[in-house]
Amino acid sequence: MEAISCRSLRVNFGSTEVLRGIDLEVPKGGWTTVVGPNGSGKTTLLRSIAGIQASQGVIQIDGHSLGAFNRREVAKQIAIVPQQPVIPDGMRIIDYVLLGRTSHLGFFGIEKKSDIEIAQSALEELDVNFSESRTMGTLSGGERQRVVVARALTQGSPILLLDEPTTSLDIGHQQEMLEVVDELRSRLGLTVLATMHDLTLAGQYAESLILIEQGQVVASGSAQEVLTEDLITHHYRASIKVIEDDSGPIVTPVRRKNSNSLE
Amino acid sequence: MRASRNKDKEEKLEAPAKLKAWWLVLAATTAVVAVGLGLTLGPASLGVREVLLEVLDRLPFVDYDSGLSEREQAIVWEIRLPRVVLGLLVGSMLATAGASYQGVFRNPLADPYLLGVAAGAGFGATVAIVSDLGDGIGTFDAVPMLAFGGALVAVSLTYLVGFSARRSDPVTSLVLAGVAVASFFTAIQTFVQQRDSETIRQVYFFVLGQLRTAGWDEVILVSPYVGGCLFILLLLRRRLDVLAVGDEEAGSLGIDVRLVRLVSVLAASLGTAAVVAVSGLIGFVGIIVPHTIRLIFGFSYRIILPLTILFGGAFLVGADLVARLVLEPAEIPIGVVTAFMGAPFFVLVLRTSRKL
Repeated sequence: MEAISCRSLRVNFGSTEVLRGIDLEVPKGGWTTVVGPNGSGKTTLLRSIAGIQASQGVIQIDGHSLGAFNRREVAKQIAIVPQQPVIPDGMRIIDYVLLGRTSHLGFFGIEKKSDIEIAQSALEELDVNFSESRTMGTLSGGERQRVVVARALTQGSPILLLDEPTTSLDIGHQQEMLEVVDELRSRLGLTVLATMHDLTLAGQYAESLILIEQGQVVASGSAQEVLTEDLITHHYRASIKVIEDDSGPIVTPVRRKNSNSLE
Repeated sequence: MRASRNKDKEEKLEAPAKLKAWWLVLAATTAVVAVGLGLTLGPASLGVREVLLEVLDRLPFVDYDSGLSEREQAIVWEIRLPRVVLGLLVGSMLATAGASYQGVFRNPLADPYLLGVAAGAGFGATVAIVSDLGDGIGTFDAVPMLAFGGALVAVSLTYLVGFSARRSDPVTSLVLAGVAVASFFTAIQTFVQQRDSETIRQVYFFVLGQLRTAGWDEVILVSPYVGGCLFILLLLRRRLDVLAVGDEEAGSLGIDVRLVRLVSVLAASLGTAAVVAVSGLIGFVGIIVPHTIRLIFGFSYRIILPLTILFGGAFLVGADLVARLVLEPAEIPIGVVTAFMGAPFFVLVLRTSRKL
């Protein structure tokens, strides 16, 4: 059974077609990463699947149509880490992370001890230092990113959508973040659908990659199948080299002076 | 190493935002003290002890002789107590409505009059005064009735315009619609008022706000609205916290953002319309009180809303006391007192609003 499946998914912003008929299958318990150049529609794809972007076509979650769920039911199925989350500066970290429990609370919205423990252990998993009563406004970019992921984990949904989860992290924290997500994925059986710009990291963590450009899938498969010099050079209009390594293909930029190799 | 760091943290982990019992006690005590002062201070000097005994005497199963004459008893029961109770109701409603608007619109300077309630009420009251339909006193007087009606019409109009705009950001279009509707109603109100300049003074007093009462009529008139609206807003307090992360993320966390916004704005506006109808346009309460509570006690609406109800009421009773006593026996409009304290506070909020 597929955790997420999309059939001819389309999104228009006015007269601009952002997604032009995307077909996508994300197997349950797997890690799929969507890659593609800026403006290719990666974020819109994730937002559509999370139900916060109106779209045409079919989106099925666990075999059920997304449209049949109400907001609360969607939240119990899908947690999303947005690319640019809204950070309420005055809110304390623990309160922010506890927002993830919203869809599990009753009418009066009172957190139980178990909810608080879930939030605290998510913060520990992501190694966030919040020994004082710190507020969101005091966090560094990297800490903030990890707190937002902690909120998504706290939601306890089987599907985790990560929109460029490593953007503002240094290389060590990028690896740590992806390791934590991968560990949780295998331990809790989560399905992960991410978008990423770092192609090497994308290939090392995802079981399958989907390359989209201008709102269409142009390649998909394993890292070896998608991260080829031909495909990346062509679709990213980049000058790169792919080095084969045990951990997967390493995509690295190269500077070719005085050449018109970009096209 | 990571394991040991985590263990170290465990002892320091915090509980979520919670209203501490002693904060509630403090707020309730402040309200009680304000009520006590409101009952004992005034042009007719009554002793604190006598007033206290008089109040105790009215409690069931308690019998004291306060020593107050019948006239003095009437001052306590028919003049001062209704006015103090009205102050509590109006203050808590305005403060709580302001706090809720700030949450819904994610704007620290949102106040209860944001969506045109004040302009609509001002227009309704002006029409009533100019047409000589009433003098602003009594339960079914035309002034509060038309003020209430005008406020509701203005807010409904704002909502209709705001939602027909179909912009991608419904919060901004609602606020912009409020600006348009308020200017429109203020324009008509000024026009109507200019044509009948003899009533300017009366209109002026309505605009500045006052806690004038005729016995218990006003209290009876507004308490169902205030009670109901405060109850609804209290129920929404955690949902208001979720709105702090924006419409889209609140939606992805499982909140029906449109419904929460609709219900909280309607409750805040209806309650505000009701209190404005009897007390006029008392400004700044909806900004000063919630922000002070935020700065002192915390960011969460689970803390803010219960405390604004109590402190808001206490604050307005206190402001009314100042309004009554400073130029005794003349009264300053209460709106002047709240604005006098509010304007400097506004500056303070602006300077610190990054935190809010």
